[in-house]
Amino acid sequence: MLRRSFVLGSVLAALMSGGAVAQDVVKIGLILPMTGPFASTGRQIEAAVKLYMAQHGTTAGGKKIELIVKDDTGVADVTRRLAQELVVNDKVTFLAGFGLTPTALATAPIATQAKVPQIVMAAGTSVITERSPFIVRTSFTLPQNTLPIADWAVRNGLKKVVTLVSDFGPGLDAEKTFTEVFTKGGGTVPEKLRVPLRNPDFAPFLQRAADAKPDALFVFVPSGAGSAVMKQFAERGLDKAGITLIGPGDVTDDDILNDMGDVALGTITSMHYSAAHNSPENKTYVAAFRKATNGMRPNFMSVGGWDGMHLIYQALAKTGGNTDGTALVNAMKGMQWMSPRGPISIDPETRDIVQNVYVRKVERVDGELYNVEFATFEAVRDPGKEKK
Amino acid sequence: MAADWVRRIAVNHREWVFWIVAIALPLLFPGKLLLINEIAILALFALSLDLLLGYAGIISLGHAAFFGVGAYAAGLLAKHGLAEPLVGLLLSAAAAAVLGFLTSFLVLRGSDLTRLMVTMGIGLMLLELANRFDTITGGADGLQGVVMAPLLGLFAFDLAGRTACAYSMAILLVLFLLARRLVRSPFGLSLRAVKANRLRAVSVGVPADTRLVTIYTIAAAYAGAAGALLAQTTQFVSLDVLDFHRSADVLLVLVLGGSGYLYGGLIGAAIFKVMQDWLAAQTPQYWQFWIGLLLVVIVLAGRERVAVAIRRRWTALTRRFAGEPTP
Amino acid sequence: MLTILFDGLAYGMILFVLACGLAVTLGLMNFVNLAHGAFAMAGGYITVLLMSRASVPFLLCLPIAFAITALIGLLLERTLYVWLYSRPHLDHVLFTIGLVFMSIAAVDYTMGAQQQIIRLPVFLQGRLEVLGVSIGVYRLFVILVCGVLVVVLQSILVFTRFGSRLRAAVDDQRVARGLGIDVDAVFAITFAAGSGLAGLGGALGAEILGLDPTFPLKFMIYFLIVVTVGGTTSITGPFLAAILLGVADVAGKYYVPELGAFVIYALMVLVLLWRPHGLFTRRGAR
Repeated sequence: MLRRSFVLGSVLAALMSGGAVAQDVVKIGLILPMTGPFASTGRQIEAAVKLYMAQHGTTAGGKKIELIVKDDTGVADVTRRLAQELVVNDKVTFLAGFGLTPTALATAPIATQAKVPQIVMAAGTSVITERSPFIVRTSFTLPQNTLPIADWAVRNGLKKVVTLVSDFGPGLDAEKTFTEVFTKGGGTVPEKLRVPLRNPDFAPFLQRAADAKPDALFVFVPSGAGSAVMKQFAERGLDKAGITLIGPGDVTDDDILNDMGDVALGTITSMHYSAAHNSPENKTYVAAFRKATNGMRPNFMSVGGWDGMHLIYQALAKTGGNTDGTALVNAMKGMQWMSPRGPISIDPETRDIVQNVYVRKVERVDGELYNVEFATFEAVRDPGKEKK
Repeated sequence: MAADWVRRIAVNHREWVFWIVAIALPLLFPGKLLLINEIAILALFALSLDLLLGYAGIISLGHAAFFGVGAYAAGLLAKHGLAEPLVGLLLSAAAAAVLGFLTSFLVLRGSDLTRLMVTMGIGLMLLELANRFDTITGGADGLQGVVMAPLLGLFAFDLAGRTACAYSMAILLVLFLLARRLVRSPFGLSLRAVKANRLRAVSVGVPADTRLVTIYTIAAAYAGAAGALLAQTTQFVSLDVLDFHRSADVLLVLVLGGSGYLYGGLIGAAIFKVMQDWLAAQTPQYWQFWIGLLLVVIVLAGRERVAVAIRRRWTALTRRFAGEPTP
Repeated sequence: MLTILFDGLAYGMILFVLACGLAVTLGLMNFVNLAHGAFAMAGGYITVLLMSRASVPFLLCLPIAFAITALIGLLLERTLYVWLYSRPHLDHVLFTIGLVFMSIAAVDYTMGAQQQIIRLPVFLQGRLEVLGVSIGVYRLFVILVCGVLVVVLQSILVFTRFGSRLRAAVDDQRVARGLGIDVDAVFAITFAAGSGLAGLGGALGAEILGLDPTFPLKFMIYFLIVVTVGGTTSITGPFLAAILLGVADVAGKYYVPELGAFVIYALMVLVLLWRPHGLFTRRGAR
């Protein structure tokens, strides 16, 4: 009898302490494309997130941080189900990741319904943050990254530019922003080409672009598809025909830039991050990242993951470990810090990121190809929202 | 006594046990409601393919076409005002049935390989169309803004998936019973005759073409209903519903469970989804490898034998539950 | 216009080299090998690895890619495929899709998911102006190599003893066996050669088609189109079908980019409705 009550008591104690432990743990559901055509995005972000946790410890705001990584295979409905399960079963405090616009949009209603902050670490369509008051973005938006290059094109006397974009949210954003700014500056856009997102074959589209004989070709394709464009660009002889390749920096993604070879030299892009960004923060970051990943070069996706984790840690510290979604999002609003990419902040109105955007040129540095920054647009807000 | 009583009813006791277990599952695993919902949907989809493959001998690698049409129909109806789930489900199944009827004439001809290619071609054409008309379908961004009304005006679709799960299970059960009735009717028997030997069936007066057109249309409606369930319970539709891998997956599921006895698709769906879920949790990056390996092993070990083993295990299990001695 | 035609031709040629092994497998043993693309991928990755790790020149990589994939093909055929010939088509489909999944994940694991890039030697880069038509040097090279291959394959089929055995086995396996032809050996050799050709096609095509772990799935549909439209009774059928597909695909994307790949699928369905056994099937066969 005595023994039984003792057992019962210890079971109860265990249960209670288990409950107490559970309260001290903050879970982050990281949903990323780990397989499929956009797997490189997932790898970069996961590596950065794990690096951040390795460097900054696994406690924030007095809570133990626990990471749950899920593979969305790049498919929106899978993402949505995973998010729902993470919220309902694992009781996560944050949903994070989201490699592609459709996956982020599909999850937005869940974030709203469950009042869970959704940290978008990659997807770049302007409209995403408007779909739920719980979405905060640490990556970039396409209008934000497109504006500077469009401006550069106008100032450098380009008159005729053909646009070539992937046919989905971010691509259309990029096309729209570029065309607006460029035509306002007196340029013309004779052709707007849209390539399907799945199984793209760029050759016929580039041939069309070549036939239009423009001064430059503006390209947006999601991270990873850039090398195919670059190859075909050279193979079609567009570089020899004096056509400059310009665009937001996705096409010269640091992840694959060095493998592209000399064809990439001279490409002008604008982007919020380059592995060659000259700052002490970035030098440390790149070195640590390479060490942690067996020599992989961090790209713009990785800093989205890095800063997303920073945002989560800081928000928890600010709320003192309070895991209420609204409180966390409020804590994130207006937060600013120094990222490897430069100074960044979260716009308190739109919950979108405000950051410097750099105009860069592909050059050879120490035998490797890098995007070397030569002009800076400071503290760029998302132009997609300012118009409204 | 009890067994006698059960036997007299149209559904035999093993089936009773199956459905009791199936209905008990959501109660036993309240944390897996969303997964069970997806299993039910995949099971319905596989059931639809079973009607084609198991009973009419038509092999298809483009069955996602109907699934996708059902999903988009349901999503669009809800987006544009008709948010009542049951009406939406019926209309979506009807839309898929119309497409099934129209395309059925294309699969009447040719060998297995031709059919594979034609069905696959139709599926891919629809995918391209959905991608093209992105003003209607949302293109690669997916169809946004699908909001369903509460089921029967009473049960809202909740985050934990309680309503979704119950709804899908109920629809699966109803449609399953209909299918069961169908394949045991004279129509179903004549269909088997066509499958076994078309020439002979025609010579004894079975209108083979009409039979095939009918079953193709019905199967399309079933697939459309499955698609509609997915759209309604997740309140989201993306191009993925039309994708090739969906057609391939459902074929795998059906083969895993065995075709031609209706339960195969249901069992296969459960095995496939649970396994996929588990593997993806173990190795988020490389789960495909193990699914692939499993397929290879299943085929090498003899697909029929595996399916029979599953069926036998199932029978033994259900017998035990039904209180009957195992033979 | 002519540039487009030329591009389409190069594209079609590569498709043919990639798919002709599949045509033979399907025609000879009636085996649906959806994993054919995996061999092509192997060829591509072998080339990438040889060039980047061992700095083997590109031209030398091509025969090596052929040889290694042929060897892999032979091994798999003798150890795994051989058990499945008598099984129904459905088993073939499932088994080979399983192989495709495994190869995708394995390559993803070892090489990463990113696009692989082959750096062509300088003499294969750039463009030529021929009679006012601008053509890519590499595409010209591809057309020449594939053209030679087609001629070689066709002459092997028509003029050698092995070729006549192969044709006999394709037309009627049982009679061929009865005549004392070792159909199994013929098939093993053909399977190896077909895999090797796929590997060669993968190595050649990586530059034009791109190369990443999803390659086998992405191009499976194209291979199947080539084979079903071309028929499996000859080598000229798939060849013409591949050229047709290549030109139609490139031209379709150039002139009506709005429709994307819709053109291809619609064409395929129409052809199959009109001639269910393929466009170029000999009458009486099958």
